[in-house]
Amino acid sequence: MEEKRKLMDENGIRTDGRKWDELRPIRMEVGQLHNADGSAYIEFGKNKIVAAVYGPKEMHPKHLLLPERAVLKCRYHMAPFSVDERKNPAPSRREIEISKVIREAIQPALFLEDYPRTAIQIYVEVLQSDGGSRVAGITAASLALADAGINMRDMVVGCAVGKVDGKVVLDLNDTEDKEGSGDLPFAFMPNLNRVTLLQMDGLFTLDEFKQALGMARDGALKVYQMQREALLKRYFAGGVAEMSTTEEEAE
Amino acid sequence: MVEITRKQVIPGDVIITGDYRPGMFVERRGTDLVALRVGLAEIVRSDVKVIPLSGAYFPRVADQVVGKVVNVTGYGWEADINSCFVGYLPASFIFGRDFSPATHDLNSRFSVGDLLMAKIEAFDRTRDPQLSIRGPGLGKIPKGDIVRISPMKVPRLIGRKGYMVKMISNLTHCEIKVGQNGLIVLAGPPDGVVRAIKAIDLIEQDAHMADLAQRVEQFLGASPGSSNSE
Repeated sequence: MEEKRKLMDENGIRTDGRKWDELRPIRMEVGQLHNADGSAYIEFGKNKIVAAVYGPKEMHPKHLLLPERAVLKCRYHMAPFSVDERKNPAPSRREIEISKVIREAIQPALFLEDYPRTAIQIYVEVLQSDGGSRVAGITAASLALADAGINMRDMVVGCAVGKVDGKVVLDLNDTEDKEGSGDLPFAFMPNLNRVTLLQMDGLFTLDEFKQALGMARDGALKVYQMQREALLKRYFAGGVAEMSTTEEEAE
Repeated sequence: MVEITRKQVIPGDVIITGDYRPGMFVERRGTDLVALRVGLAEIVRSDVKVIPLSGAYFPRVADQVVGKVVNVTGYGWEADINSCFVGYLPASFIFGRDFSPATHDLNSRFSVGDLLMAKIEAFDRTRDPQLSIRGPGLGKIPKGDIVRISPMKVPRLIGRKGYMVKMISNLTHCEIKVGQNGLIVLAGPPDGVVRAIKAIDLIEQDAHMADLAQRVEQFLGASPGSSNSE
């Protein structure tokens, strides 16, 4: 793709003032929505995303239920006001695809076999979009699932890497996403060290790809620390992290 | 007396490494014991378990639950037990072995909207939980106000050997029926019910605190007979 303008100056500073290996400012909150079983809100740069989880609940339609495990459903949706020009609220081809990849990125972390004949529904609602909304959505969805109290092998955390002006950079924003020459969304389970989402758009050499993968992992680990803090803040605000007591054995 | 180590965990955290037995919401991975839920990990002797702080109710055999009849079928009642499964109370459990849908009127015992205190008699992965009302304290609940709390916090509301719930009951003169599914039915004088609801809210909020019983006692003791103490 022809690049329209320079996305990085001679000092290696990007359009929004970041260095090549810098994340955008990130903020996460858990349990914002009272009517959902679990929820999370994330601001990832200019992205503003709400994730909500319902379940495990009764599966409808009944003929699609699975006798040995829960059915995981996911809907990624962009609000009509999330972009510059009003977006048609009907699910687009892109949203249907992202719903699928989010579901497949989250599924390995869940013990679906613990909830037979039920359904777990994830909603990822993008209120304001910037680049990298699918990885931010995955991060938020994973928080919402933990908040909903569904058995999980690990958290899932995402981060994107891309290529602008021929250089591999961390965490693309909207301009870099559209005008840059490559994009590599990545999500993984940090404790298990297992990748659950890896997509690539554009051309990377093998060396660039290896560098990008390493950067994505490091970035995701930073996001994981914030994810962790958000969850602990929700459940243990102000409490001590570890303590030993001697007491009568509880029933 | 035994030493208990507690630790805050989120899913995927390694609680401890070594020769320990994994209990509820804990998985062994090689030598690591890993948490599957957000909550407090508890290490007692060689047992490791996680007390989760969130989550929906998932039925277990022998649990006492509060249910609301949502459907009367030809052979029994279906009750909403605040779970992803519907509880089923077979009519033969009530009318005996000679039950026949032709001679017995199911609506004469329970109809849609009635509240039940029931026990989970049987439940496995293949069928919906079966309820029973045979046992002390079980059966139709004639009156009361329903309060909901997170099912994961019910053990804190009950307290050690029922200490907490007895204390709230004594201090507010309310009869309190607690279902493990997070539904609670309160019956008693109106001001007592209001204070009991506030005490339950306090437990829900501060479930992870160590001195919960004292806090609740202090809260109820500090506002005797008044409903506008907070």
